[in-house]
Amino acid sequence: MISIHLILFLMFGAVAVAGAVNLLAQTHPINSALSLIAVMAALAGEYLLLGAEFVAAVQVIVYAGAIMVLFVFTIMLLNAGEEERTKGSRVAVLFGVPGMLLGSLLVAWVVLRHSGTGAVAVGAEPGAPKTIGALLFHEFLLPFEITSILILIAIMGAVVLASKPTPAGGVPQKVQGPR
Amino acid sequence: MPFGVYILASVIKSAIILLVLLTAVAYTVWLERKVVGHMQNRWGPTRVGPFGLLQPAADGLKFLFKEDLTPPHVYKPLFLAAPLIAVIFALTSIAVIPFGNSIQLFGYDIPLQITDVNTGLLVILGVTSIGVYGVALAGWSSNNKYSLLGGLRASAQMVSYEVSLGLSLVGVLIMAGSFSLRDIVAAQRGHFWGFIPHWNVIPQFIGFFCYIMAAYAETNRIPFDLPEAETELVAGYHTEYSAMKFAMFFMAEYANMITVACLATLLFFGGWNGPIFGPPLLQALLPVVWFAAKVFVFLFLYIWVRGTLPRFRYDQLMAFGWKFLLPLALVNLIGTAIAIAW
Repeated sequence: MISIHLILFLMFGAVAVAGAVNLLAQTHPINSALSLIAVMAALAGEYLLLGAEFVAAVQVIVYAGAIMVLFVFTIMLLNAGEEERTKGSRVAVLFGVPGMLLGSLLVAWVVLRHSGTGAVAVGAEPGAPKTIGALLFHEFLLPFEITSILILIAIMGAVVLASKPTPAGGVPQKVQGPR
Repeated sequence: MPFGVYILASVIKSAIILLVLLTAVAYTVWLERKVVGHMQNRWGPTRVGPFGLLQPAADGLKFLFKEDLTPPHVYKPLFLAAPLIAVIFALTSIAVIPFGNSIQLFGYDIPLQITDVNTGLLVILGVTSIGVYGVALAGWSSNNKYSLLGGLRASAQMVSYEVSLGLSLVGVLIMAGSFSLRDIVAAQRGHFWGFIPHWNVIPQFIGFFCYIMAAYAETNRIPFDLPEAETELVAGYHTEYSAMKFAMFFMAEYANMITVACLATLLFFGGWNGPIFGPPLLQALLPVVWFAAKVFVFLFLYIWVRGTLPRFRYDQLMAFGWKFLLPLALVNLIGTAIAIAW
């Protein structure tokens, strides 16, 4: 039976796949970045269909609204122009394409073999903010904290890499800004 | 409620709210010109209609009939899409804002809100965070250095202040224990000691301060209107736009102001809560009146600030956002969490 859920699922799925293909096909970086935003938004729609409204909202706020803004910002700042189309590298033809085919075959095989087990009623999985919060801070507290420390290390690394080089053994020079 | 009635009610509500919102946008522009005029010892618009009240209609006609220029060196697809993105996302966020309890009509219980989602606040934050693309892409696709600088400033500023904006609201969320705007308003019913309204702004005054500052930066208004700073950037990101496309950016800015004012009312000033009295019809209307009055106060505050304060410098803006506002919002969050857990 075709329900409204199935129609919406196929619609968002089509948008996501089309966006992903367009991301690769476009020659201008800003068009690729915008296609990626479309993919993110379509994925948020799929999460919403699963009853995971919190994950959907966070997907839009964090990925589409913050991280992709930085992508676009960088493209704007570098003033990146159109890219040339090449014939494709030999490595891609020799390994990439067969590898991708093999991977898709594997996924299809696994999905077909276990097709009965993956079915879950909409809303059966935890999706509300309260349940997610309880899960994060009780059951998955350790992985959650380890992830946050990992992100903290990444932030500190970025700050160190971006800061002005200091003279050997000396204190960092004060950046002369406008008064 | 049957599905057909639900769809019909949603369409009618959307039409009414859109009409009210666009009228409010037009008259906020009129109010701004009038109030800033009086603050600067001028009259503001006076010629079209009594007190210049028909000025918005005249402006609208002018925008429609002006020549719609597209400069030759722009990147056309995005140049055309940018104003659409700005205005669509600015108008979308009003869909989840409630402005009163439900009313009984033809035997159906109709909530005064286009759609009631239980993560309403997150939806608004998500939609406004997408809205930045309108400004950023307009600046980039115009192929003009002033526009590009305006777009760059806008995206950097909005990403920076979004962090403080989100954190400033977490205190309110902790107190209400819900993302639903209706629950947050319901949590503010009643009074402290019998006479002070039980509004979130009293325990959350630091959060409110952070919210207002971050919201002014998010909507690109004075004192944070760096993306369109006239004295440095001609008109910033919309330098190359004319006629209706320019008007779309204008509409998006004012619609965002109204959303911010609605959100401030709902989260910190008790939403539609207020004294209810009189005959049944008045009792049904009063909550909406209280809501509109509070929103009006915030819109007036926007204009008042614009008439009073000068513009920040860009490095001051960034330093204020990251070094002052963000720590303050974090301290408020930790303080609230400790107080609630006590």
